[in-house]
Amino acid sequence: MSMPLYASPEQLMRERSELARKGIARGRSVVVLKYRGGVLFVAENPSPTLHKVSEIYDRIGFAAVGRYSEFESLRRGGIRHVDLQGYQYDRRDVSARALANVYAQTLSTIFTEQLKPFEVEICVAQVGANADEDELYRLTYDGSIVDEPQFVVMGGQTDAINTKLKDTFADGMELADAVRVAAEAFRPSTSGSGSGGNGNSASSSAQEGEPSKLEVAVLERERPGRKFRRITGAALDALLPARTEAADSSDSGSEGDEKSDG
Amino acid sequence: MEQIPRNSGFALPSAYLSSTTSSFADFLRAEAPDLLPSKRSAGMGTSGGDLDAPHGTTIVAATFNGGVLIAGDRRATSGNLIATRDMDKVYVTDAYSAVGIAGTAGIALELVRLYTVELAHYEKIEGVSLSLDGKSNKLATMVRGNLDAAMAGLAVVPLFVGYDIEASDPKRAGRIVSFDVTGGRYEENAGFHAIGSGSVFAKSAMKKLYDPDADQDAAVRAAIESLYDAADDDTATGGPDVARKIYPSVVTITAEHGAVQLPTEETSTIAEAVVADRAAQQDWRG
Repeated sequence: MSMPLYASPEQLMRERSELARKGIARGRSVVVLKYRGGVLFVAENPSPTLHKVSEIYDRIGFAAVGRYSEFESLRRGGIRHVDLQGYQYDRRDVSARALANVYAQTLSTIFTEQLKPFEVEICVAQVGANADEDELYRLTYDGSIVDEPQFVVMGGQTDAINTKLKDTFADGMELADAVRVAAEAFRPSTSGSGSGGNGNSASSSAQEGEPSKLEVAVLERERPGRKFRRITGAALDALLPARTEAADSSDSGSEGDEKSDG
Repeated sequence: MEQIPRNSGFALPSAYLSSTTSSFADFLRAEAPDLLPSKRSAGMGTSGGDLDAPHGTTIVAATFNGGVLIAGDRRATSGNLIATRDMDKVYVTDAYSAVGIAGTAGIALELVRLYTVELAHYEKIEGVSLSLDGKSNKLATMVRGNLDAAMAGLAVVPLFVGYDIEASDPKRAGRIVSFDVTGGRYEENAGFHAIGSGSVFAKSAMKKLYDPDADQDAAVRAAIESLYDAADDDTATGGPDVARKIYPSVVTITAEHGAVQLPTEETSTIAEAVVADRAAQQDWRG
C-alpha cells in the first residue's frame, strides 16, 4: 500500500508558479503602450497568421504571450463573453475593466484548481474618448491583475525591454514614434544600457541581428465603430524606416558600438 | 441560466474556452438559448396572426458599376395605422454587407442585430471575415430558424446585399440575395430586387429605371424614385416626408468605402429632386 503523495499548499503553488513563469519566459515578447491616438500593440511574432494580438470588442484589444493554445482559448472566451454582454445590453456597456476581472477570475480558478496552470500572461487594453481614459490591464498566470499607467511588457527578456522603455517612453507620442520606441526596445540590448550582464549575453545570443518579424496593431481613438486595426505590409514598413539600416549596422559592427537608441 | 457570468465576478465557464464553434448564434443556443429569437416562438401557438405587431414595408436593392445599394422607406404599419414614421429598415451588417428587412418589425430587428453580432464575432474569432456566400447562407439559416413564428403570422423576410471583394470583375462585384420565410436563398442576377408590401410597384419602376452601368448617384436616384412609386400606390409604404424631414434610408457598398449609410443631407437632396420632378410632370399635364 503506497502512501498518498503529500505536498504542502505553499509548495504546490510555488511549483505551479515556477512552471508558468518558465513557460512564459521561453517565449518572445509583446509590448503594449499608450500613444497620443490610442493604444499600440507590438509583438515579436514570426507567424503572420497565428496572432498574439487580437480584437476583442469595439474599443478593446488583447495581447498575450506564452502557450498559444491556452491564450487562444482565453481570447475566444473573452470574445464570447463580451459579445454576449453587448448583445444582451448595449455595445457601450462592454468595458475592459469588467473583462479583465473575468479573466482574473478565470486564471485564478485555473491556477488553483487545475493540475497545470495556464502558461500565459495577457494584456487587456481599452481606448477611451481621450488619453486619460485609455486603460491597460496586465493579467498574470495566477490571476493577478495590475492597472498599468503607461506600458505593459510581457514574455521573455522583459527586464531588458522594461529598462529600455523606461528611458524612451514618453506620454503623448505620435504613432510612428511609438512604433519606433517599441521596435527599438525589442532590439538586443547594448552593453551600455545597464541591464544585468548575464541577461545581456543571453538575449544577444537569442536575438542575434535583425529583430524578428513584428506583429503590429492599434486601437485608434479617431476610428469610427470598431477601433482595432492591424498594421501590416507597406503601412508597417513605412512606420519602421530604420529597420534595414539597423540590420546592416548590427551585422557589420559589434553590438557594443550601437547607440542608436541613446 | 445562472452559469452565465453576467457580471464581472465570475470565471468563464469551460464552454466559453472551448473551440467547438465560431458562430455566435450556435454559442447562444448552447449557453443562453433564451436570448435566441427563434426560441420564443414555441409558446406563441397560432395566435400570432391576430397580433397587430408593426410591419416593415418596402426595400429595394440594385447593383451599379462598382458596387451595390439597398434602400428602404421609413414607415412601419400596424394594421391600418402608422406605427412608426422614421424607422430604419436598412442596416450595415459588416464592412461589405447590408441587410434590409420587411415583415414583423420586432423580430426582424432582433434578427438583424443578432446577424450583425454573428458576422463580427466570426471575424474576431477566426481572424478573417466570412465569404459573401457564407454570409448569405448564414442569414438563410437564421430566417429558417424563424419558421415557427412565420407560421404563426410573424414572418420576417430580409434582403441581403454585399460587395464580393474576391470577385474577378470588381465592376460587377455587387450582389443581391433574397430569401423566403422557409430560408430559401435566391441570388438576384437581374441586378435589382424589391421586397415588402410595396415591392410590386418598386420592382416595376426599377425595371424601367435600372441601368447596370450607372454610377452610384444615378443608382441611388433610381432607387429613391422606385420607392416613391411604391409609396404612391401602397398605403403601407411611406414616401419622402418633406415637412418632417424624413427621407428614405440608403446604404451603398463599394470596394473603396465599404458599406456606408448615406447621410440625410444627401438622401434629402435626391428625394426632394424626385418630388420636384414629379410635381413638374403634374404641371405639364395640366
